[in-house]
Amino acid sequence: MKIPIYYNYRNLLARKLTTGLTVLGIGLVVFVFSGVLMLAYGIKKTLVATGSEDNATVIRKASLTEMMSYITRDQVSIIESQPEIARGPDGKPLVAGELYVLISLNKIKNGDAANVVLRGVGPASMLVHSGVKLIEGRMFTEGLPELIVGKSTAQGFQGAQLGGSIRFAKQNWRVVGIFEAGKSAFESEVWGDVNQMLAAFNRPVVSSMTLKLADPSKFTALKERLEKDPRLSVDVKREKEYYADQSYAMTSFIKILGVVISVIFSFGAVIGAMITMYANIANRAKEIGTLRVLGFKRRNILSSFLVESILLSLAGGVVGVVFASFLSMKTISTTNWDTFSELAFGFAVTPEIVAYSLIFAVVMGVVGGFLPAVRAARMNILTALRAE
Amino acid sequence: MKILKLAIKNAGRHKLRTGLTIVGLAVAVMAFGLIRTVIDAWYAGAEASAPDRLVSRNAVNIIFPLPLSYKEQILKVPGVEKVSYAHWFGAYYTDPKQFFANFAVDHHTYFDLFPEVIVDSQTLANFRSQRNAAVVGQILADRFGWKPGDQVRLIGTIYPGDWDLVIAGIYHGRDKTTDESALMLRWDYLDETLRATVPVRAGYVGWYISKISSPAEAVRISAAIDSMFKNSLAETLTQTEKQFQLSFIAMSGTIITALRIISYLIIGILLLVLTNTMGMSARERISEYAVMKTLGFKPFHLVQLIADESLFISLSGGILGILLTFPMASGFGEAMKYYFPVFETKPQDLLVAGIFALCVGILASMFPILKATRVSIVDGLRSIG
Amino acid sequence: MSIYGERSRTIVEIEALSKSYFRDSLEIPVLRNLNFSLPEGEFVALMGPSGSGKTTLLNLIAGIDRPTKGKVKVAGTDLAQLSEGELAKWRARHIGFIFQFYNLIPVLTAYENVELPLLLTSLSKSERKEHVETALGIVGLSDRMHHYPRQLSGGQEQRVAIARAIATDPTLILADEPTGDLDKKSAEEILELLSRLNSEFKKTIVVVTHDPRAAEKAHTKKHLDKGELS
Ligand SMILES: Nc1ncnc2c1ncn2[C@@H]1O[C@H](COP(=O)(O)OP(=O)(O)O)[C@@H](O)[C@H]1O
Ligand SMILES: [Mg+2]
Repeated sequence: MKIPIYYNYRNLLARKLTTGLTVLGIGLVVFVFSGVLMLAYGIKKTLVATGSEDNATVIRKASLTEMMSYITRDQVSIIESQPEIARGPDGKPLVAGELYVLISLNKIKNGDAANVVLRGVGPASMLVHSGVKLIEGRMFTEGLPELIVGKSTAQGFQGAQLGGSIRFAKQNWRVVGIFEAGKSAFESEVWGDVNQMLAAFNRPVVSSMTLKLADPSKFTALKERLEKDPRLSVDVKREKEYYADQSYAMTSFIKILGVVISVIFSFGAVIGAMITMYANIANRAKEIGTLRVLGFKRRNILSSFLVESILLSLAGGVVGVVFASFLSMKTISTTNWDTFSELAFGFAVTPEIVAYSLIFAVVMGVVGGFLPAVRAARMNILTALRAE
Repeated sequence: MKILKLAIKNAGRHKLRTGLTIVGLAVAVMAFGLIRTVIDAWYAGAEASAPDRLVSRNAVNIIFPLPLSYKEQILKVPGVEKVSYAHWFGAYYTDPKQFFANFAVDHHTYFDLFPEVIVDSQTLANFRSQRNAAVVGQILADRFGWKPGDQVRLIGTIYPGDWDLVIAGIYHGRDKTTDESALMLRWDYLDETLRATVPVRAGYVGWYISKISSPAEAVRISAAIDSMFKNSLAETLTQTEKQFQLSFIAMSGTIITALRIISYLIIGILLLVLTNTMGMSARERISEYAVMKTLGFKPFHLVQLIADESLFISLSGGILGILLTFPMASGFGEAMKYYFPVFETKPQDLLVAGIFALCVGILASMFPILKATRVSIVDGLRSIG
Repeated sequence: MSIYGERSRTIVEIEALSKSYFRDSLEIPVLRNLNFSLPEGEFVALMGPSGSGKTTLLNLIAGIDRPTKGKVKVAGTDLAQLSEGELAKWRARHIGFIFQFYNLIPVLTAYENVELPLLLTSLSKSERKEHVETALGIVGLSDRMHHYPRQLSGGQEQRVAIARAIATDPTLILADEPTGDLDKKSAEEILELLSRLNSEFKKTIVVVTHDPRAAEKAHTKKHLDKGELS
């Protein structure tokens, strides 16, 4: 770097309108790019937060999610008696046999119907899903048509507020409590007494079982034993992985679509940067000639203008990332295609996303600045000096 | 007219810059068209729906089934001409991540209700004569390399086990909007298997489709069907096919909204790039504008000169972008065809893109116009580049 | 001061130098078979009508342009032997160039403008500071160090340009109509400065000028007309 960098940024500052418009253009693209990555990551983060490290989820073999799964009563008793399972204060195994169904609720925002997970939970559930805490109201009473509702569902759906009521299976169910679950997918669910639910939906069996392990390192042994047991036909997964897998369809779709759009989109901004850099060079031909007379070489000129373009795009990158990070204050919700149900989540920033976004910006700067920089470097000294 | 000529000459003064601007605008217009096409693709199912078909599903949620016995009762409702049913099967072929739609249908009636699904008589005969037969769409057949007569093994998720099916034939869509990526197997085959293995799950269907005498009767007939099952264990919700499809699309509402926002941001890029170019030209020509004023040109001549140049560039970019959208959309559609079975750019999207380009052309000339009309002759002549 | 031995060393040696420009296939001869040499410590005024090739000659001496024929040897180096990159390096070491329109970088302060050629040397930051301050001191602008060109008058700008040209202590200073754009008083000051550089600091200087007063200050006058030097 022979030509000092302050030469470049002062020049950028000297042409405020052009620089500003170009930075904004690149910023817009980076905003979309990092917004998309933050969206995909937000979904994943929410689902990963749902599973605990020391829990195992048991579902019927090949059923992919709880929705398609069921576990019969004899299977339940075999699973409950496994030695790896931790015990609660009452000495009973920490096993949550849960019913998982979807109900349709209407959104407050636009009245659209969306699928919401209704989970029938038992006494052990609150211990197994240890992140779940009531923040308003009280726990439902066993044997009564009462519900507790996740925070996100309570905010988003009609009838799901404390004191409200939700109708399904020929009955009105009263909302008696609101719970929080560490920004996990549980916050998008509705919970009630599993026995009440089984009766209401005329279901003989639960959908899935979640086991708390006394020692998480024993997971593999448990998995092998259960999956090989001829009386069972189940898949055993670490709860964290089970939920993380549910982010696959959505996040890969968003990432592919988002990156394709950003790349196409980036052409506009790259061309904007190119126009700006060509103009900068045309306007500064005489300066370029002067620098060459002073003894700067072509490659000094090339790198200087490339640096200028990178500075320009980096500024755009920073603008884009800063604005995108404001998105993380917003919670949004969508149907997760893997589970078919509504999931509320936030945009989530990670250092990687910031780094990718800035790299993307720099790439735009290099692509947009390269040809103009080459033109600057190839200028003939005499022609450059004669320019106005 | 003379002014227009001068404007176009002006645009040609910095050929590289003007060219880049046009290309930049074209790419942005194309990206806009592409995103709009993606959004349309979501709605393709709803667009393809017939106004004279109603869908009845379990009121609690589509995942809950309805008893088979409802068929006869629905048929009794005045105005209902035919009834068929289908059931979501949800199986996969070799890889659970390669999603495709597959459902069990009533082999007697299903294709009668969907005239847009074209099944030749041989296929239909095969389908009706063999219990484990399946009809597949052309796109799906191409994707997995299936041919009529092939044995294929699907792995059940909702209904566990391996399901060995025989491809009875391939269906084609009558319209461009018809989905050609689904598989239909026989409901009675599913039901029989369930009866033998999990009898409690047998005897249910996912949803009923009714053909009605007239679309105008849809509201009345829907209400009649739903009231018939009120307070039963399985209450129904009956909607037109379009509403039914739209309720699925609503599930992706957030993504669609995000795409819409992005498409407007693209218009923003358009505006930024063109404003930049026009701003540069204005800055460079400020002294020329002053000269023109001295020569007696009126401010509105300058307005016209600048606006014409801006519009010339924006419309060139717009038209080029619209032309580019077609090959781009077909390439993109090809790459995403398993996500979007129907991927077609609509003329109205392009029209919208063109109108936006026009507006951008006008907006981008505002700042230079202000600058040019305000410049006093003295200042203008003094300024250099 | 010069690091190259004895005083009477020849700094510029030009032999049979011709330069033509080509427009399409048409040859436009500008310089025809020039011969001259310039000893160290000389102060030459190069005069001649507009379009006679003064700038062209200066450019050839500075290694900015290449001759069509003939030899240009400056500070002991035959410029034809140097590649473009080597020429740039050579220029940074040996030539201080002063332009008619100053050619300062508008976004850099006087200090930074003068420092620019020093960035091509291996000097440390503090050494550069010393050089810049000395050069600006010589041209009498110590108090304007942190002003931008647009905050200076034309005469002051040209003085900054002169400071830039002498900051690296070059072997040869070339000035192309340095007073052409200045009022009388400023022009006077610039000429005074150049002549001081010659007398006090023993700089070898070639100045292109139309100004008869400039010519008076010089030791030698050369006239360029119709491609020939007299
Ligand atoms: N790059 C070039 N191409 C063609 N002709 C040139 C070029 N540079 C200079 N000339 C011509 O060479 C002649 C000498 O120019 P120059 O050295 O600038 O003269 P001076 O400095 O004495 O006014 C002029 O006639 C000019 O038109
Ligand atoms: Mg000259």
